Amino acid sequence: MKLMRNSVLLLSAVVFLGASAFAAGDTAPGREMARQATKGNELWITADHSKFDALKQPFKSGPEVTKACLTCHTEAGHQFHKTIHWTWLDPKADKDLKVGKGGLVVNNFCINIQSNEPRCTSCHAGYGWKDKDFDFNSQEKIDCLVCHEQTGTYKKFPSGAGNPAPPPGKKFKGNGKFYAAPEWNRVAQSVGRPTRKNCGTCHFYGGGGDGVKHGDLDSSLLKPGKALDVHMGMDGQNFDCTRCHTTVKHDIAGRIYSTPAATERKSLLEDDLGSKIMCESCHSDRPHKSELGMKLNDHTDKLACQSCHIPTFARELPTKMWWDWSSAGQKKDGRPYVEKGEWGKPVYMTKKGDMRWEKNVVPEYYWFNGTIDSITAQTTIDPTKPVQVSEAVGSINDKNSRIMPFKVHRGMTPYDKVNKNIVIPHLFGKDKDAYWKGYNWENAVAYGMKYAGLPFSGEVGFVETEYVYPTTHMVAPKENAVACEECHSKQGRLDKLTCFYMPGRDASSIVDAGGWFIVLASAVGVILHALGRMFMSGRKED
Amino acid sequence: MSEHKMKKIYLYSKFERFWHWTQAILIIMLMLTGLEVHGVFTMFGFEKAVDLHNTLGISWLILFVFIIFWLLTTGEWKQYIPTTKKLLEVAKYYASGIFKGEEHPVQKSKDAKHNPLQRLVYLKLSAILLPLQMVTGLLYWTYNDWPKYGLDFLSLSVVANIHMACAYALLAFLVVHIYMTTTGHTITAHIAAMFSGWEEVPEDYKAEEWEVHEK
Repeated sequence: MKLMRNSVLLLSAVVFLGASAFAAGDTAPGREMARQATKGNELWITADHSKFDALKQPFKSGPEVTKACLTCHTEAGHQFHKTIHWTWLDPKADKDLKVGKGGLVVNNFCINIQSNEPRCTSCHAGYGWKDKDFDFNSQEKIDCLVCHEQTGTYKKFPSGAGNPAPPPGKKFKGNGKFYAAPEWNRVAQSVGRPTRKNCGTCHFYGGGGDGVKHGDLDSSLLKPGKALDVHMGMDGQNFDCTRCHTTVKHDIAGRIYSTPAATERKSLLEDDLGSKIMCESCHSDRPHKSELGMKLNDHTDKLACQSCHIPTFARELPTKMWWDWSSAGQKKDGRPYVEKGEWGKPVYMTKKGDMRWEKNVVPEYYWFNGTIDSITAQTTIDPTKPVQVSEAVGSINDKNSRIMPFKVHRGMTPYDKVNKNIVIPHLFGKDKDAYWKGYNWENAVAYGMKYAGLPFSGEVGFVETEYVYPTTHMVAPKENAVACEECHSKQGRLDKLTCFYMPGRDASSIVDAGGWFIVLASAVGVILHALGRMFMSGRKED
Repeated sequence: MSEHKMKKIYLYSKFERFWHWTQAILIIMLMLTGLEVHGVFTMFGFEKAVDLHNTLGISWLILFVFIIFWLLTTGEWKQYIPTTKKLLEVAKYYASGIFKGEEHPVQKSKDAKHNPLQRLVYLKLSAILLPLQMVTGLLYWTYNDWPKYGLDFLSLSVVANIHMACAYALLAFLVVHIYMTTTGHTITAHIAAMFSGWEEVPEDYKAEEWEVHEK
């Protein structure tokens, strides 16, 4: 008995040694660096902008402030002019294709800015982009303040083409809110590094309202808890956006249309001056510890971290999931109206049609190499099936592709029934042709297309469209990560990605059927044999 | 059942009994966790099942190395040398003789623990099925490292399906194996022997020469 006990001990010792060798822990390079970099909130730049004489001048407008900024920051204007925050055009794409929201790229929200500039460009970091004639070479037209001011009082007027309200302020009819004119000196002297609030001013409200567009970016990230975003949570790391969106000479790291946020998944240990835009930058591609972590780490070559670590998006505030332009234009007693649904969000607007909002949305998953293909108002579409207005690019065979979660915004979007392309409607304006005044699609589209210099047949139809947003913010604490069986099961999250074998989901029906047949046949065989023995031996004893 | 006088012989050494039962537990646990990973039922939860399956699998592999080492150094491997002699008689016994209360044509003895049918089955099991299951299991486990090992021509679905096919074969074996333990001179005689090491055999039975291989 003693020997046997020793054998057990020996075996368990060997097993233990084996297992611990396999579980040799990985550390997350860069994580500590990132942690140190966020410690403390004390001033760590060498200038106090409230002490500069240049910012004590009496300012009457934004461009005057910008001029003052440029007296010291001599290169900032040139730098900023090159970025997409200024051009709203994909710098890598062919110029003639006009890829970008400042060009002819369409979405299935308000579709395109052409002829609608004053409303859309309230999110442009510039002053006065009210029509095609905006001077993109003027440095004074840059709005430094919207990204850098820290008083929280600076607001651009929603339909002011990027300008704040003139003194003393103005009420915006669209939301009934009063927009005060800026106290220029106070605002200008407050400047600092962009915070969540600066970035969120536009990025949380894209599409004309809180959480309309992204699903993983909305005002809940202004003061998030750790459960909403483990990095940005104020009770956690309290990261600002720029902590990961590393910025060099005003060029902010992040995906730009078909340009991935990063082409390589390097950790900071490999390149400490590189951007921190990828999860791998700080966490490496072997982030999980423990024995099981080894198997989890085996997923990082095919699965984006986000796929497991962002179980759902729009966890606190709803996001728009469906926008049907085809039902717009209905009136009550001859008047445009708005009908509100759950969470106080509009479910019908005469101006915009039917819309659906959702909260805590399970993403859809696609292979993604970091680039998104967008169509423009010149792209020929096939209206017999849903049009992918923007589409994730990637495949299982591409080593840079990962399975990535997406918000897919669907809707019915106006298109030219003859020429077969998405059209640009003139939505915003005081003229009768503007859809939000005249509610006539043909007039609005004719105006918008002519403005954009594109042909229009005169016939407007509506086609179902899809628009994708990579889900990458709202990373949940690890205990809330997606459980294995959410994917490793039949009808799981990755149900539609059938190009690979996944344990728990896939099986060969031949092997399974044959296998169970042999097992059952054996069981039936031994039962019959046992019955035979019982019956026969009973007879023998007689 | 038998009118023979019985005697007790010490048939299974301590290590033999230890590896038999440890292996039995490991295989049954591997079966349960494996079928859960395959999506047949939910018991531990997928994550726990995978974790257990991997740990159990590696433990089994280590145990198996010890078993093989033991078989080789003690010469016990010769118990597995296949023979066709009396194979038909044994098969016939299980097909009909057993129902008529006939004697087993080949009794157990110290030098010949396995009858010809057992030899054949256990040899195939330990030389083909179990190693194949371990190899496909190891491959499955190291899936991500295939390119590094130059194995990227493999397909996960092929490896997984061979692993599954072997699992079904093992499960079928298990069913029959457990049933066969009831065919001794009492229902529990064989199982008891695998616990105590002592098996009861007819006193006058002596292994025939062909059965015994010198160690």
